[in-house]
Amino acid sequence: MAVGLLKKALPRLGLAVPAWPGVRCMTSRLYGTAAAQTQIHQPDNSVGSDKILTEPLKHPDFFRLSELFSLKDLFDARVHLGHKIGCRHRLMEQYLFGCRLEQDILDLDQTMEHLQQALNFTAHVAYRRGIILFVSRNRQFTHLIESMARDCGEYAHCRYWQGGLLTNANVQYGKGVRLPDLIVFLSTLNNVFQQHVAVRDAAKMNIPTVGIVDSNCNPSLLTYPVPGNDDSGPAVELYCKLFRMTINRAKDKRRQMEILYGLKSQND
Amino acid sequence: MASTVPNPDSLGSNPGRHLAHIAKVLRLRQLSAMVLARLVCTSSTLQRKNIAAAGPEKYTQEFIKKQIEEFNIGKRHLANMMGEDPETFTQEGIDRAIAYLFPSGLFEKRARPVMKHPDEIFPKQRAVQWGEDGRPFHFLFYTGKQSYYSLMHCLRFIQLLERILALPYCSMEEEYIQRFRRALEVQSKKQKIEPLQYDENEVAFSTGEGRRKTATATTIVRDNGSGNITVNGVDYLHYFPVLQDREQLMFPFQFLDRLGKHDMECKVTGGGRSAQAGAIRLATARALLSFVTENEVESMRQAGLLTPDPRVKERQKPGQEGARRKFTWNKR
Repeated sequence: MAVGLLKKALPRLGLAVPAWPGVRCMTSRLYGTAAAQTQIHQPDNSVGSDKILTEPLKHPDFFRLSELFSLKDLFDARVHLGHKIGCRHRLMEQYLFGCRLEQDILDLDQTMEHLQQALNFTAHVAYRRGIILFVSRNRQFTHLIESMARDCGEYAHCRYWQGGLLTNANVQYGKGVRLPDLIVFLSTLNNVFQQHVAVRDAAKMNIPTVGIVDSNCNPSLLTYPVPGNDDSGPAVELYCKLFRMTINRAKDKRRQMEILYGLKSQND
Repeated sequence: MASTVPNPDSLGSNPGRHLAHIAKVLRLRQLSAMVLARLVCTSSTLQRKNIAAAGPEKYTQEFIKKQIEEFNIGKRHLANMMGEDPETFTQEGIDRAIAYLFPSGLFEKRARPVMKHPDEIFPKQRAVQWGEDGRPFHFLFYTGKQSYYSLMHCLRFIQLLERILALPYCSMEEEYIQRFRRALEVQSKKQKIEPLQYDENEVAFSTGEGRRKTATATTIVRDNGSGNITVNGVDYLHYFPVLQDREQLMFPFQFLDRLGKHDMECKVTGGGRSAQAGAIRLATARALLSFVTENEVESMRQAGLLTPDPRVKERQKPGQEGARRKFTWNKR
């Protein structure tokens, strides 16, 4: 089931079984073209590479991400605190536990499930060497998020978002640029309390998104919304820590699997 | 498309079929003509669009490498031709050789024949920002301005560099690190501070000049005083009955906490009430520079005491009543 879901969500990330042996297909998403296949020839590793890509999909929690966080951690980091009733978004009502003294409280049980799914998805994307882009327009955490992205080896964009970055990438960056395979929003609103343009653009360009939605955000366009606080320092630091750990774990696992199956296929 | 239209005389037995055939031929002709016309129209527009959209011509790495090889070989041939040593043939030699072999009477220097290294002729291409797998090299690539936004992350690096310069043996790497430094002139060093002068009673005094809006003032500030101020021989209370002007006079002393410590004697001409007060203020501030430490000079400069006010009366323009005021607008 996971295979099917991932196939639907990410047709580009090499889930298709290569048609001929001895070749590892790496589909890179080029702007404006249907998934063009660039082939990197590997010396007779087809069985190994198959195993590398399909093995994680057999387990529901291959990277054991549920050990990374607990409900108490979320509570201590003030993730459950939302905005006042007046700022509440209609579509966030399903994620609210209730409200206390006119302040909305998010349901941490739901947050746990959503966060687990989001982190699992991020880990799989990182495992398959996808490009992850962290987006946030909260100036308080710009430096933190950029440092975190640099430490992971992924990318960040916490600055002014120019209109055509995703939709007009050929002109903005140059021909043949590879767009991000996953966009993670640590805050879906921009400085004017409107939804960030990247949410809509990612949906247009078929890029899956993970986003922390607060009680005043619109969760509809995100693939993996995670209801949670996006304004408090401890909360955002917790998210950064979790994302960094998942991505590092996924990349380490990938290296391990490559060594393991590389050795195995050599032995066989 | 050459096709014959059937002779109407030969219609004979089956006129309908012939007509249909004619119609089909005509339609085909029309269609082909339209298609041709459309092709003709669109091809030129397409060409125009493509030329504009392609941007500046891109030169590949191999092309540039080939050009460099050809240039080097040509340079050696040229040296042999001119009888010089190919190993030590400089660019000046090349220019002289070309000027000799291809004399040109053209006035425009850039139109004359030139032989230069390809790096100087072909415009520099921006290197591709991503690797073979498509992943960009810089973590801020997707912002568009990666070098600009990455400056904030170099702070630690800058601190370390400054630390290195503070160490005893820094002279070894100082030159390299200073390359990244730009000397900012400290503004306060530009102030000309006159040395203190002493009159007969060994009392220190200093002079200053100031201007504001056609009023000029010269002041003499003496030490060991009690705050007496004389303007043009008259006491300041009589000369400036308005409180605002007196405040302007006293502001430099108040800023430096030297209110009752100096005596001042000034002469002022020109301007109006406010202008004279402003001129005296600037002159006093300049005079007080000699009594004061460097840090206080910097703080005075930042307070605006030492900046001459550049505002003057704006001239009246023709067709208008004043500098900005226009004549009363009449509908008819």
